[in-house]
Amino acid sequence: MTTDLTSTPRTDSAHLAFRNVCMAFGDRQVFDGLSFSFPPGRISVILGGSGSGKSTALRLIGGLIQPLSGTIIVDGNDITRLSERQMYRVRAKLGMLFQGGALLDWMSVYDNLAFPLRERRQLRGDAIAARVRETLVAVGLDGADDLLPSQLSGGMIKRAALARAIIMRPLILLCDEPFSGLDPISARRIEALLSEINQRFTITVVVVSHDIPSTMRMASQVLVLLPDGAVEGTPAELQAATDPRIASFLNPDLDAAALHEAGRVEALPSRAQTGTTW
Amino acid sequence: MVTPVHDLGAASVRFVEELGRLARFGANIAAAMLRPPLRIGRFVDELFKLGVLSLIIICLCGIAVGAVIGLQGYNTLIRFGAANSLGAVVGLSLIRELGPVLTALLVTGRAGSATTAEIGTMVVTEQLDGLRMMSVDPVHYVVTPKALAMIAVMPLLSTLFTLFGIFGGYVIGVRIMGLDAGTYMTSLEDAVDFENDVAGSLLKALVFGILVGLIATYRGYTTAPTSAGVAAATTSTVVIASVCILVFDYFITALWGV
Amino acid sequence: MRRSSTRDFIVGLFVLAGLAAVAYLSLGVGGVSYSGPKGLLLVAKFDEIGGLKKRAPVVISGVKVGEIADIALADDYRAKVTLTLDPKLKLPVDTTASIVTAGVLGDRYVSLQPGGDDHLLAPGDQIEFVESAVILERMLGKLIHNTDVGGSKDNPSAKEKATAE
Repeated sequence: MTTDLTSTPRTDSAHLAFRNVCMAFGDRQVFDGLSFSFPPGRISVILGGSGSGKSTALRLIGGLIQPLSGTIIVDGNDITRLSERQMYRVRAKLGMLFQGGALLDWMSVYDNLAFPLRERRQLRGDAIAARVRETLVAVGLDGADDLLPSQLSGGMIKRAALARAIIMRPLILLCDEPFSGLDPISARRIEALLSEINQRFTITVVVVSHDIPSTMRMASQVLVLLPDGAVEGTPAELQAATDPRIASFLNPDLDAAALHEAGRVEALPSRAQTGTTW
Repeated sequence: MVTPVHDLGAASVRFVEELGRLARFGANIAAAMLRPPLRIGRFVDELFKLGVLSLIIICLCGIAVGAVIGLQGYNTLIRFGAANSLGAVVGLSLIRELGPVLTALLVTGRAGSATTAEIGTMVVTEQLDGLRMMSVDPVHYVVTPKALAMIAVMPLLSTLFTLFGIFGGYVIGVRIMGLDAGTYMTSLEDAVDFENDVAGSLLKALVFGILVGLIATYRGYTTAPTSAGVAAATTSTVVIASVCILVFDYFITALWGV
Repeated sequence: MRRSSTRDFIVGLFVLAGLAAVAYLSLGVGGVSYSGPKGLLLVAKFDEIGGLKKRAPVVISGVKVGEIADIALADDYRAKVTLTLDPKLKLPVDTTASIVTAGVLGDRYVSLQPGGDDHLLAPGDQIEFVESAVILERMLGKLIHNTDVGGSKDNPSAKEKATAE
């Protein structure tokens, strides 16, 4: 059950959309009828607290797990109907930046970046070298070719993994908590890179995050996963929302009373309503 | 009163389900073997990691075991005046049983657990998911070369173990106890027969290779993505593979021998 | 994928070493067997084979020339032993086949003493002259029995000594 704050009408030929998706792990229900739609060519962010299912949503988009029911549209295809082999063709249009980087730890940075190129066998040796070089420069890792992942800092790992995710020029880039575990400077750097990649290569970017300031800065569309439902809208729409759940989520430092004072919420939420823990 | 019975039933069902998953996994590996690209480079890498790096342990343990059989065998045979048959005793024990079985157990402990740990770590660090997202089948790229290498390496290591063992027995019997070298080798050659002994030995090694290859990669692949998961998976590989080796050893011996 | 060629070389050496070990164990130690269609098959019937086993060697003057292919019970309740031998052998029809023991407690094997006849044994022929296995216990039994009964005046047997006392 999703509350949609966007004023723009939804189109049917969706780039990336969930329709009534239900997901559970054993007894634990994660989504119950989740629906949303992300605009193409923009940065969209999935916000939520720990355990809200944001990483699950990303893995569902990537086809790494299957929902119990519902439809997931990726570039016009309903991927819930596809077999693992058919998914490989869809994944050719996707790039994923994992939380820990997921670089192959026995290969150098160069080989990690060249890996997808070599596997697809569309480029020859020199062309591969050129593309790897170009991408390394784009993420600011020029010179780190021969290093192993174990020799890289946290920020460098994220940048290398990002480079690997975009090296095949995907249509959609999925990022699982790209800022986690980074110092503020490195986090800002990643944020800038994501914006640059989005604009320069016109890649749709989906970011899973729990950091609100950066989200508000870079996102065109935000999906907030709350314990009792999801809310979708642009950053401006969310900031202006009067729903107490959204307001307290976006401003965790202020308590309910202060929010009411500031005119941000219509009514004080009762104890029962605020019985959530982030 | 009912609960233990209920639990036993549930455990049995889970066990059979697990066997089914293991069989499906094995079928996936077999299917992946036939699909191009052939990943020769990865296969050779694994041959090095599983085979070459196990050589020292195989060599040392082989000599040690052969020497022990030589010592024990000599002490027993000398009582019946049959010390001249030492070559046969050492050779047959190694070729028929100790070569394939001990090699398989040693390889399980060293290479099998390493394989499980490697694959398990890749699960935990999402490297396998990363491969899937790059449209590379992790079974094809990571698991199959390792499993194939294990199967290929086992008969080779087993035979090397046996030869090192025969040498160990030779050192004890001939150099230390003073038996005639020619007698040692002749009694060995007379007693050993290709069809009954050597072929059975190679078959055992092959079967053990398949067992360890399958179990080690399966436990790695199905590691729980937690920090304790890899350790648990590695331990279970060693335990399960060891038990299977010894049980299958009995059945092969019973079915192969006269 | 940068992979050192030294590693590949070492792996190649390892595989070669392994295969050489298998070859040595199979051929050098295991030995080639004189099996069925290639060997010269002959039959011999014995009253007693005394622990002779299949694949036991067949020797001439101590040199191994074949092995026992099969042991079965013949219709006349004698043991029918099938020997498979080196096909190049030319054995006369009056060849003798004896079951002997390697040492006092060792395994049984068959020793052939070729005769002098001009006619040769053809594949599938039966060797007429045989010496069955000697059972040690029976021989000792006979020895003890003879010593007991056949005591002379100067050398009374234990039994006669006892009755005389």
